[in-house]
Amino acid sequence: MTRLLGERLTLSYDDRTVAADLDVTIPDGSFTVVVGPNACGKSTMLRALARMIKPREGQVLLDGHAITSLPSKEVARRLGLLPQSSIAPDAITVADLVARGRYPHQGLLRQWSPRDEEAVSAAMAATRVGDLADRHVDELSGGQRQRVWLAMALAQETPLLLLDEPTTFLDITHQIEVLDLCAELHEDQGRTLVAVLHDLNHACRYATHLIAMREGAIVAEGDPRTIVDADLVEAVFGLRCRVVDDPETGTPLVVPAARRRAGAASSSS
Amino acid sequence: MIATAPAQRGAAALAAVRRAAPRRTLGVCGGLTLAVLALLVVAVGTGDYPIAPLDVVKALVGQGDSATSFVVETLRLPRALTALLAGAALGAAGAIFQSVSRNPLGSPDIIGFTAGSSAAAVFEITVIGGGTVAVAAGSMIGGLLTALAVYGLAFRDGVQGYRLVLVGIGISAMLEALVNYLLTRAKIEDVQAASVWLTGSLNGRGWEHVWPTLAALGVLLPACALLQRDLKMVEMGDDTAKALGVSVERSRLSNIVVGVLLTAVATAACGPVAFVALTAPQIARRLTGATGPGVMTAAMMGAALMLASDVLAQRLFPSTPLPVGVVTGALGGLYLIWLLALEARRGRA
Amino acid sequence: MTLRRSTPTRAAGLLVALAALALVVLLSISVGAKPIPPHRVWELLFHDDGSQDAIVVHDLRIPRTVLGLLVGAALGVAGALMQALTRNPLADPGLLGINAGAATAIVLGVALLGVTSATGYVWFGFAGAALASVIVYGIGAQGRSGATPVRLALAGTAVTAALGAVVNGITIVDTRVLERYRFWVVGALGGHDTDTIRQVAPFMVVGLLLALALARPLNALALGEDAGRALGAHVGRTRVAGAAAVTLLCGAATAAAGPIVFIGLTVPHVARALCGPDQRWVLPYSAVLAPVFLLTADVLGRVIDRPGEIEVGVVCAFLGGPVFVALIRRRRIAQL
Repeated sequence: MTRLLGERLTLSYDDRTVAADLDVTIPDGSFTVVVGPNACGKSTMLRALARMIKPREGQVLLDGHAITSLPSKEVARRLGLLPQSSIAPDAITVADLVARGRYPHQGLLRQWSPRDEEAVSAAMAATRVGDLADRHVDELSGGQRQRVWLAMALAQETPLLLLDEPTTFLDITHQIEVLDLCAELHEDQGRTLVAVLHDLNHACRYATHLIAMREGAIVAEGDPRTIVDADLVEAVFGLRCRVVDDPETGTPLVVPAARRRAGAASSSS
Repeated sequence: MIATAPAQRGAAALAAVRRAAPRRTLGVCGGLTLAVLALLVVAVGTGDYPIAPLDVVKALVGQGDSATSFVVETLRLPRALTALLAGAALGAAGAIFQSVSRNPLGSPDIIGFTAGSSAAAVFEITVIGGGTVAVAAGSMIGGLLTALAVYGLAFRDGVQGYRLVLVGIGISAMLEALVNYLLTRAKIEDVQAASVWLTGSLNGRGWEHVWPTLAALGVLLPACALLQRDLKMVEMGDDTAKALGVSVERSRLSNIVVGVLLTAVATAACGPVAFVALTAPQIARRLTGATGPGVMTAAMMGAALMLASDVLAQRLFPSTPLPVGVVTGALGGLYLIWLLALEARRGRA
Repeated sequence: MTLRRSTPTRAAGLLVALAALALVVLLSISVGAKPIPPHRVWELLFHDDGSQDAIVVHDLRIPRTVLGLLVGAALGVAGALMQALTRNPLADPGLLGINAGAATAIVLGVALLGVTSATGYVWFGFAGAALASVIVYGIGAQGRSGATPVRLALAGTAVTAALGAVVNGITIVDTRVLERYRFWVVGALGGHDTDTIRQVAPFMVVGLLLALALARPLNALALGEDAGRALGAHVGRTRVAGAAAVTLLCGAATAAAGPIVFIGLTVPHVARALCGPDQRWVLPYSAVLAPVFLLTADVLGRVIDRPGEIEVGVVCAFLGGPVFVALIRRRRIAQL
């Protein structure tokens, strides 16, 4: 069963074609992670799925309807996106920012209801930013800020959540924090998550469904334990490596090959 | 999984935060309303024939003597009301443009929408020789056409804030050259008249200026209020806003249209008065501490600023009343100096 | 344009530009209300036979052309310098408030102190230009993102508006000043005599030499402050010297010919398109190409409205404006 899929997508920026005739399906209830080298089109594909960009050809379907035919607010009630770059308006407090995530559920006549209050509180609790509620967002650290933006996306209460490189500028502790949070949302709340990650090992650890892309095409997809091996990594990233089992989680762990020094004996494989 | 105590703390903090913000804004609005009314009374009392505030109030409610009532009704009130309405329009337009361009310096008088109005007006004054109404109408048309041109040229798969600003600056440089050219070809009396108009002046403003401006604001200000919700969302970035279900391009276009119309109306009423659109939203924001475009509070602040500037302009040098634009220009200069001082104190962030 | 940018190619290009300049100079002397054929111009250049033509050539056209050469070179180099110093492709003396600063100071000088000579103007022009650039940079560097091109442009426009209000205030009150001001502010090469040129030329020459000396440090600075410092460039010193050069060039040019926009903005872009980002070539190319543009605009102004003329400042605005807008529409500028 799938709620979100792309059919025969051709995606381009200016005159540069990033992907052609791409078919992508997001399994319902999965934590899908998209990986690939720089400029392989993974962010572009994610943004097309989130209706941020219109495909030159092909279409994105949400619940069987073309996503561009649905009213944008309706889409926003079913599908949320945490973009790569967001702007925190001057002097906005955490509580205010998270509250803005309720926009798709409000209207001219429906301004602020107890339901909204609940959703915002729950989102702030899930991301553990409750005690930052009256702080100004631009005073927070990078990790805290990312959690706040995630809280805003959660307040939207969408069954589908897309995340565009949510961990890129964070240190390792905060990266793991955000990803653990995503895993919670997936397992405990049953949401379907789609994330673009640049760290392959993180992707293997957290994904229930991995999509590996290269030059605008999907090279392989499936459970990381099944599909990730040294050959795949070399095909997608051009990196020679060894794949072992992560001692903590049992998922694939990619270990890049050592640099061959001239004259030294090669380590045993 | 989720402990109740932190969740309750968070919820309580959230509720407190959400209550506090509107309360302060309401307080500021109330204060500004009182300020505007007080300034209106002072403005009506200012001029060659000074009238005490109490007498002004009496005249306004219809209990003054005939001489005072005459002056108030035919000369002072329309001028003060024009100032009030034009100031409100400029304040609102400034708030809209600063939000759309995502830059506190992005203001319609800065990014060239008034240059078209000016060029058309100077053309009217120096070449066609029209009267005040013709000049106002001409400036309205010039402003709208220029805005159309700027928007059209900035459009490329949609309009980003920065491109709008830069194209506006480029077009206004061209139009300023046109104005300079016209001023070198005109008679000195026309040049003086044009100079006064270009500075922004409320001299000789009558009821024929008040009614159209009031009618326009009656439509445009409610439109601002309606459009403000989406404007607030777009401030967070195009992607975030789109993800929340906002039609970003439609919101931007509608807001720009309203902003341009407000600017054109204000410019038609009193010429391109500088810096009200720039400073009113910023001052209002600092008072309310609120986030978001704050269009309505900016409008009230604009009205207050314009009235205060006109009073100052008339009273500063008793023998030579200045055009209001000179005072607002000085105000703008001070504001920019204050920005500089802030930067120096804060150090390079 | 992917020319192989080797030194011989660039040198050849510069020679071509110089030839173009010579051509435009000749045009500038021949064209006007009374067209004088080139061979006659050639004669008159060397033998002043006291005829009507000779007077036109020596007293009107040559001073005008020489002024155009100097002002053009000054504005072109100032623009290239500003764009290099601020790493901002949209820097222009007009857009960043420097012209307005010079203009306001000059108006103040005329109004308050009755200054009338070009040398008098020049010192006010310097003061105004320097002050304005400091203010604009200070305001533009506010906020988290620092002095981005858009912020600087906005700050420049805001400062220009503020100064404009000051000028307006003065000209409304003092008609005498208004009368002088309106003819100066439009930006014109005509109506000046050799005295003016003699008074401003030294400042421009010093400014040009200073600018050329800064070429190598600017190349290092183009990589970023830290990278430049790591390469041994003195960031602070280069900035101050650069600002001094810009002030000298813009202050003198504006004092002589009034504020002229877009030359400083567009010519360095053309120069960079032709010879690449090396400042040791961009500066000389700008110094040669800018007078080509300026004098061409001047000639056009004389031709379009014969027997009157459209001042060069107006022509530059109307030619440069579209170029500026086209520049903005190009994707590469999108990262501002």
